[in-house]
Amino acid sequence: MSSVIGFANEEAAVMALSRLYRQYGFKHFKMSKFEEYDLYAQNKDFLLGSSVIAFTDTNGSLMALKPDVTLSIVKGSSDTFSEPEKVYYSENVYRVDKGTHRFKEIMQLGLECIGELGVYELSEVIMLAKKSLDAVCERNILDISHMGFLLGLLEGENLSEKKMNRIIDCIRSKNTLEMEERCKEFGVSFDAANALKVLTSIYGSFTKCVGELKAISLNESTDKAIKELESVYSFLESCGCADGVNLDFSIVNDLNYYNGVIFHGFVDGVPNAVLSGGRYDNLMRKFGKRSGAVGFAVYLDQLSRLMRSDEEYDVDVLLLYDESADLSLLAKTVGSLTNDGKSVRAQRHNGGSVKYRTLMKINGTEVETVETDD
Amino acid sequence: MKQMINVALPKGRLGEKVLDIFEKAGYECPAIHEQNRKLIFENEETGVRYFWVKPSDVSIYVERGAADIGVAGKDILLEYAPDVYELYDLDIGKCRMAVAACKGFRDNTERTLRVATKFPNIAQSFYAKKGRDIDIIKLNGSIEIAPVLKMSDVIVDIVETGTTLKENDLEPIETIVPISARLISNKVSYKFKHKEITALEKKIEEFCKGR
Repeated sequence: MSSVIGFANEEAAVMALSRLYRQYGFKHFKMSKFEEYDLYAQNKDFLLGSSVIAFTDTNGSLMALKPDVTLSIVKGSSDTFSEPEKVYYSENVYRVDKGTHRFKEIMQLGLECIGELGVYELSEVIMLAKKSLDAVCERNILDISHMGFLLGLLEGENLSEKKMNRIIDCIRSKNTLEMEERCKEFGVSFDAANALKVLTSIYGSFTKCVGELKAISLNESTDKAIKELESVYSFLESCGCADGVNLDFSIVNDLNYYNGVIFHGFVDGVPNAVLSGGRYDNLMRKFGKRSGAVGFAVYLDQLSRLMRSDEEYDVDVLLLYDESADLSLLAKTVGSLTNDGKSVRAQRHNGGSVKYRTLMKINGTEVETVETDD
Repeated sequence: MKQMINVALPKGRLGEKVLDIFEKAGYECPAIHEQNRKLIFENEETGVRYFWVKPSDVSIYVERGAADIGVAGKDILLEYAPDVYELYDLDIGKCRMAVAACKGFRDNTERTLRVATKFPNIAQSFYAKKGRDIDIIKLNGSIEIAPVLKMSDVIVDIVETGTTLKENDLEPIETIVPISARLISNKVSYKFKHKEITALEKKIEEFCKGR
């Protein structure tokens, strides 16, 4: 069973989602195509090690074609606390494709909210993520997680970054067995090891799982994380967006950038996440900014496979003519067909590459329907 | 509404064992035992759809969502690092990833070590941890012949009983990691077919523990 999404093509998706974001007061942020290469060199991990297309500008400075939009927005954000910056963007970015190992252009659509963030700002962004998924496909899931909970569990364990990443890998692949082994190997305390094991296997609706989460909470940081998750969830409930919101700690983003709530969105029929986002105050700190930030991106290239492709025909009418054909008759025929809302393609020969509903032919002064599918 | 689970089985001896476990755990599929040229076998009653693929391709089918779950050796998972959930260790197909060399081999650390293997990533990371400079010779089969013909100094390969090694006058010199078959799941299928997949996971686990 494969579901079809609500958009005919990428442009339609961009338009519909942009409208949604504008409704909630987000401003369109149009960006330049290029960015200084330095920005990406300094934040390689944020791009998950992906390389960038670099070139030398006319003044000799090293530039790059954008592989990502968030970094540019963060860099340019004003860091004032007077009001939050709410922006959305739809830009082409250039990344290396995982399969072909070559650069490709992908359309990225997303939004960011930067400033002094309270529960409302955070929840609103998550609600918009859910609404974006709803617009894309009825059968969708938004998984949420909290980096603070995971880090809270590991508080005081004194694990090196390398060991931490091994632990995170186990959570990411829901590998409870290896989690047990790693915890033993790294000397993780009994309570934390037990909690990590539970955390690895937690999956399901928020209301079902939040109890399990509470049972393994160890300290203030983990309590705080649960509280934040709860307030976000109750906000989603109150605006009718809580259906299909699940707790899943196997979605883990980079610790160096993300800190609070993180979330990934999925639609039935696409084997990867189609939406990804979270709270990234740590990235702001890297840029020396004090504001909080939360945002997400929608991967439209992932969706293209599900786009409606109900067009079995290239044109409604293929109209053939030859030297003897009366030109004014040809023009008139094309005109009347297009006026009827039909698509017409006039050409001399039928090469066989155009799929048509009806084949028509002009012989001298006569219009003849040769064959039709209707 | 019950949803079918697509299961990628690894062709070969291991796959037969896996199928046996699945069937005994309650996921029978009579169609798969019929002699014919079909590629996909399903049983609506038990809600499974099986198909055989090359063992090293199982993780690809699962990662791309063509199969919801599959069974793959830990060697494949370590080598290709697919983005999947690793749900359970079936504890079958047990062997180990090992370094082997001709009998009486002396490791000359002055030189770059030439390593012949089907598993370049595993070999690379194993020697990187030791800080050893190596030259990888990627082969697709009959790895044992490489050191015999002096093309490589050692091989990194799967060792089950060690018979093939012995017959070629080779011996294992170091174990890299123990290997066994793992139940893996596509990350998105796990969410959308959560009920079905966790039920299967549980039945398999119960059966394996009772064995």
